[in-house]
Parts: sequence; structure tokens; C-alpha cells
Amino acid sequence: MTLTEKKEIIEENRKNQMKSAIKEDSNLLLQVKNLKTYFYTEEGIVKAVDGVSFNIFKNEVLGLVGETGCGKSVTALSILRLVRSPGEIIEGSIEFNNVNLLELSEEEMRSHRGNDITMIFQDPLNSLNPVILAGDQVAEVFLLHQEEELNKIIDVRLLERDKLVQELKELKKEFKENKEQLSETEKEEFKVKIKDLKKKIPKAPNLKDVALEKAEQIIKEVGIADAKQILKRYPHELSGGMRQRIMIAMGLSCTPLLLIADEPTTALDVTIQAQILDLMKNLQKKFDTSILMITHDLGIIAELCDRVAVMYSGNIVEYATAEDLFKNPRHPYTQGLIGAIPSVEKKDTKLTVIRGMVPNLIYPPSGCRFHPRCTERLEICDKIKPRFLEINDRYFIACHLFDPEYKESPKYQWDETESEESYKV
Amino acid sequence: MTVINEKEKISERKKNVVITVRNLKTYYPIFGGLFHRKIGVVKAVDDVSFDLYRGETLGLVGESGCGKTTIGNTILNLVPATSGEIYFEDDRIDNNFTQDYRKKIQMVFQDPDSSLNPRWKIVNIIGEPLRILEGMKKRREIRRRVLELLETVSMKVEHLDRYPHEFSGGQKQRIVIARALACNPEVIILDEPTSALDVSVQAQILNLLKDLQIEFNLALLFITHDLSVIQHIGDRIEVMYLGKFVEEGTIDDVFYHPTQPYTKALLSARPTFDPTTRSNRIILEGEVPSAINPPSGCYFHPRCPEMEDHIGCNIEEPTKISISETHHIWCQPFKNGKKF
Ligand SMILES: Nc1ncnc2c1ncn2[C@@H]1O[C@H](COP(=O)(O)OP(=O)(O)OP(=O)(O)O)[C@@H](O)[C@H]1O
Ligand SMILES: Nc1ncnc2c1ncn2[C@@H]1O[C@H](COP(=O)(O)OP(=O)(O)O)[C@@H](O)[C@H]1O
Ligand code: SF4
Ligand code: SF4
Ligand SMILES: [Mg+2]
Ligand SMILES: [Mg+2]
Repeated sequence: MTLTEKKEIIEENRKNQMKSAIKEDSNLLLQVKNLKTYFYTEEGIVKAVDGVSFNIFKNEVLGLVGETGCGKSVTALSILRLVRSPGEIIEGSIEFNNVNLLELSEEEMRSHRGNDITMIFQDPLNSLNPVILAGDQVAEVFLLHQEEELNKIIDVRLLERDKLVQELKELKKEFKENKEQLSETEKEEFKVKIKDLKKKIPKAPNLKDVALEKAEQIIKEVGIADAKQILKRYPHELSGGMRQRIMIAMGLSCTPLLLIADEPTTALDVTIQAQILDLMKNLQKKFDTSILMITHDLGIIAELCDRVAVMYSGNIVEYATAEDLFKNPRHPYTQGLIGAIPSVEKKDTKLTVIRGMVPNLIYPPSGCRFHPRCTERLEICDKIKPRFLEINDRYFIACHLFDPEYKESPKYQWDETESEESYKV
Repeated sequence: MTVINEKEKISERKKNVVITVRNLKTYYPIFGGLFHRKIGVVKAVDDVSFDLYRGETLGLVGESGCGKTTIGNTILNLVPATSGEIYFEDDRIDNNFTQDYRKKIQMVFQDPDSSLNPRWKIVNIIGEPLRILEGMKKRREIRRRVLELLETVSMKVEHLDRYPHEFSGGQKQRIVIARALACNPEVIILDEPTSALDVSVQAQILNLLKDLQIEFNLALLFITHDLSVIQHIGDRIEVMYLGKFVEEGTIDDVFYHPTQPYTKALLSARPTFDPTTRSNRIILEGEVPSAINPPSGCYFHPRCPEMEDHIGCNIEEPTKISISETHHIWCQPFKNGKKF
């Protein structure tokens, strides 16, 4: 068997495993159902998230992609129940390991946050404490979330220490008992032995020091070279890339079941971004963490995610495996989005332009929210909101073109000037 | 045949150089200490040379802080050049930036909000250069010309008397572009013109820029950190690292045959749909060093994965090496005498 054949087989197995993993509902980690989060502002009600449903399985990376303001961050904050007034979760359920997070008390919720669900924010400077040394902040995470493990390390070390202490005691006793019979040189030898043993006995370990050691280790693991030095710096003394990596280190050191990453690399340069995505992939495998990856960059989604949910104006419009979605996007918005990405293949042609612009969430368009921009639009599209249908195994879409009930209905005739105009916005 | 065509194209273009930059250095002083004295310099642009041809799009790419914007600002005389020369056709402009060049060379910035006065109506925003640079006085005349400009960027008469906050990001960028076109420029420097926009809107602006370039035979200096954008819209490209060029060539030269190690890493770092590119990814280590305290020798050497195979990277500044007539890199020779 050649190497490539072997690789193919391994790849095939992996895929099958993945498929069966997806099928098995006992592997469900998070289930968001019909989530609605509105902001009650002076200008009106911003329907930022308006009936969103999706699942995340154990060990899975789910991508949430969409343009600015479509509701990605609000979805993430809703899961953590961090939506602040005037925002409010008004409907839906968020089941995490079969517990509805929306029914928990604030205290119970706090025990999840930063514990089995953590979040990496878009701007790491705002989420690190500016007056606490970076090392202490990372160590704090270990103290909070891995105390048991730290204690285990301490126990092992104490045991070793006790052994040495015992040895020393016995040596001293032996020396005392035999002092009279020993020659001068033998005495000297004994003394040296005792001295050496004394040196070997470490300081009694304390929790804080062990936590700092762990912090140094994870900072090294996220690819920062002189970790010892970095531990003693304040957040503003670090570069953006370092801060972001420290956030990721902290996010992962609480070994969460679910990590929510909101545009974790948007502010970074591409070479640094590549470093960080690589790191996230490795740590995800190592800790078996599920990730909800939020981004507007389809490339990142293609790289990192098993499945993708495409969001438009507060709704999920298409939701499938990354492979299916990129090979054959079906929703007119997803098609437009992919067509709008510049690339060599499109060099001599014009980029696909989605006419018009992202709608206002206070007065969203009726029916399908994409209808004012959709070239495929049907007559009914501005009247009835499309259902979120599973058209294939785990392939969800919200578009009348794929709804057996409506797909035969007449096409909307774009008025020449109307379409001309809207292209120009 | 294609070789000859390519050569013809080059000599044809040579006749059409509109901006020439030679050995340009732009340093910013840094002040500090008790008496706020000058304690050093940031070498934001450190000895770069290039030509910009009529009707072409030249991309300037590189990571944050590498000096792209500074090059644009220096050409426009917004910051003084520390040394070197800048020409418009045959006239030196770095020491003599007259009104005339202020018309011929225009700039479009990344953030349309910061370049549009929120208290001015669109007609006054776009009319300003007409009044100041073209000396137009009659209100009617100005309105007519502004309307014409708005129409070139696909906007309408009812937009004339509105204020910037009434427009979306993409529309605002169109307004900025209309203003840049007001005085019939020959060169437009675009500094990340689409970075603040969503992809669907970015596509509209890129299409518009391509149309305008053909219509007015504009030379575009296109500054961006987004390689896909320049690959789509550019003709030639300069790759920068810490104030210096590291590779230059046609889009095909650089994207299909990247040769300098930083360019290779930069290109391979792009997130992509294509799994084969992904598996050949070069992951760099370490941080982008600071322009205040650049490393010795080749500025890239602390991160360079290929340094082992080359001579004296940490001691000597890399030299310019020609791969072809259009394709150049700055790198040290191979230890074993291998050719690039
Ligand atoms: N007015 C200034 N005073 C001092 N240093 C400056 C000034 N403007 C820029 N610099 C420094 O000069 C270098 C180049 O900056 P420049 O703005 O040209 O970068 P850039 O390539 O446009 O980056 P970006 O992609 O982030 O816009 C940076 O190190 C920057 O910190
Ligand atoms: N605190 C807030 N008050 C009012 N509106 C908000 C608030 N936070 C978010 N929104 C609105 O909710 C919508 C979705 O926002 P967000 O989830 O942040 O978008 P993105 O998809 O870019 O992350 C936007 O229209 C935004 O303006
Ligand atoms: S439901 Fe209608 S308007 Fe909406 S995406 Fe489908 S075809 Fe277009
Ligand atoms: S000169 Fe040396 S360090 Fe610099 S890019 Fe070339 S090989 Fe790398
Ligand atoms: Mg967001
Ligand atoms: Mg800049």
C-alpha cells in the first residue's frame, strides 16, 4: 500500500467516524432552539437574533459566519447569558448537556461560565485585566478551574518530599548513633551526604507556585518563546498577537467542554493568524473541546470547521457540513457571499455583487429577509417567512426554493429599473 | 511569442511611467525622556524604489505597521521624505508639491467616516476640491459637476443634499471616490479602501474601481493587507516587510512563483478553501519585530524558516536579485550556490 492510499483510508475512516458521531444524538453538547434576542432601543426594537436554531456535538467545530451586524456576537453572548440591557432573550431554549441554561439562576449560570463554557472575545485588551500581570491572570484560571489537578501535583510532590525528609532523618540518626566509632574521614563523608540530601529537598510546594508553573507551560504551548518573561508583564506591554494567544491559552486551560471564539483573529496579521489557527486546531484535538467559531471570513471556516451555519439578518439561512456547503452552496445569499470573494479565477470577470445592502434590524424586510436583494426571488418571498427545513441528512436551509410547498410558485419579475437601482446602492 | 508580448508590454509601459520613487526613506522621530528630546527614529519606509505606470494597478501589501500608508502619505507630501526622490513624470515633487499635483494625485482612505465632515452635505463635500483647487465659484456649476461625479459612482440626484450619516459604509466610500475624481486626477492612492466593508459591498467597490480605471485611464496605487483583493484587481505588486520591499513582480510572478521566504509564508498563510494549499502551509514563529529596533542584517531573519540555507542573513542586508525582467526579490545568496 502506498502512503497516499494509506492516507486516503485513514481519511475515509475519519470521515465515517465523524458522520456516525454526528448521527449519534448522545453526542449532543449544545442545542439552541428558536432563540430570539431583541434590543429595546429608543429607535425601536432591534431584532438581532430572531429565531435561531443549531446544535453543537461533542468534539465538533461549528462555524457561524455572516456579515457585520447579522447577529453573530449576540448569539454568542446569549449562550453565555451575557446580553446586557436594553437587550433581552425573549424566547427559545439553550440546552447544554441537557440542561436549559435559560432556566438556571444567575449563580448556577456563573458556575458554567469560564468553567465548562468559555469565550474568547474579539478584543483581547478589553478582556484582560490591565492592572494584573499576565502570568497571574493565567495562573488564576488554573487556581479557579483546575484546583483538583494542582492539588494532585502538590500531593505527588509532597510525597516525594516526605520520602526525602524521612531519608534525611534516618541518615542523621545513623550518624548520631555511630558517631563514636567513625573515623574523621568517615565523619566528613557523612556530613557531605547529609548536606547533599538537604539540598535535594525542595521547598514545600504551594498552590500559587504550581499554578504559575502551569501558566508558564501553557504560554509556551501557545507558541510564545520567552514565557518566563511574559508572565511578569502587564497586558498593555504585550503585542496584539501575544494578548490574543494568552486569551486562547486561558480559554483552553480551563479545559472547557465548549469554547466560543468570536472573531479571535480578526485584528491580527495573516502570518500570526495562521499561527493561532494552527494552535487552536491542536489544542482542540488535545483537549477534545467543542468550538463555536464566529467569523466573517469564509476561508477560516473552511479551514477549521466541521459544519457551518450561515447567518443573515438575525436568522440562520443555511446550515450544513463545511464540505457540502463550500462545494455546493444552495441558498442564494450563501452563493452571493461566496461569489463576492475576490480570487484569481474571477480575475477577468466581475465579482458577483449582491444588490443592495444589509437590512436594518429594526424594520427587517417582511417574509424572507433576503428578498430585497435576492435574484431568485419568488412572488411569495416577501409575504411568507421561509421555514427552516432539513432537505438532506443534516442539511438545513431556509428558502422557499427548497420548500416543496412553495418551490413551484411563480418567480418574481424584477422591474428593470428596480434591479438597476438596487445594484447601485 | 508570449515572451515577446510580455517584453513589448513592458517597454510600452516604461514610456508611461507617471510616478517614480527612488531610494525613498521616511523616518519618524520618537521623542521621550524628561525634556521630550528626540531619542530615536522609526524607520517606517527604508529605501524603497518603484515606478507606477499609467493605467495600471500597483499593489502595496504587507502586514500592519510595515510602512504602506507612510509611502502613500510621503508621495502626497503629507509627511516629509527623509531622503530620496519622488517624480511626477519628469518633475521632482517631493520638494515642490504644487497645487497642480494636489489635483493630479488623490487619496482614498480606509475609513470613510474620518474623511467625510459629518456636518457637511454631500454636495459641499464633493464640491470642496472644485472650489479650492479648480476655483469654481458658481453654485449651479458646482452642483452640476457634483451630480455628474455622483453618477459616475452610481449614486443619484437625491443624494446631493444629504449628510454622511444617512449613508451606508459602501455608499460613503463611493462619495469619497467621487470626491477623489473631482479634479480629473491621473493617480489615485487607495489606502485599504475596502477593509472596513463587508465582502458583498467590497465586491461592489472593487467592480466600480475597475470600471473607473478603464474610463479615466487612472494609475492606482492600491494599499492593502488583503492578498486576495490585490490578486483580483492588481497588475503588479510590491511586498513589504518592516519598511523595505522584499519581493516585486507581476501578479502572476508573485502569486504563482513566490520566491522570497517572507512572501512565501505570507501567501501560504491565507485561509483558503483549497486543502492542498493548506497542507503546504508555512507556519512562522515569533512576532513581527518593531521598526524602532529592527533586527540586524535581513529584517526577516529572526522568523525566516530558510535562513539556514543562506549566507550571512543576520549580518548583511539582503541584495536585490532579478528573477526575470519583471520579478525581483531581496534576499541573501544560497550557501551551496543554488540559483533562485
Ligand atoms: N506619525 C507617526 N509617528 C511615529 N511613528 C509612526 C507615525 N506614523 C506611523 N508610524 C510608524 O511607522 C511604521 C509604519 O506605519 P504605517 O502607518 O505606514 O504602516 P502600514 O503599513 O500602513 O500599517 P497598517 O496596515 O496597520 O495600516 C509603524 O511602525 C508605525 O508605528
Ligand atoms: N447593546 C446593543 N444595543 C442595541 N443594539 C445592539 C446591541 N448590541 C448589538 N446590537 C445590534 O444587534 C445586531 C447584531 O449585532 P452583533 O451580534 O454584534 O453582530 P455581528 O454579527 O457583527 O457580531 C446589530 O444590528 C447591532 O447593532
Ligand atoms: S426565500 Fe425567496 S427571497 Fe429568500 S432566499 Fe429564497 S428565493 Fe430568495
Ligand atoms: S536574506 Fe536570509 S533571512 Fe532574509 S529572507 Fe532571505 S533567507 Fe531569509
Ligand atoms: Mg461581532
Ligand atoms: Mg495603514
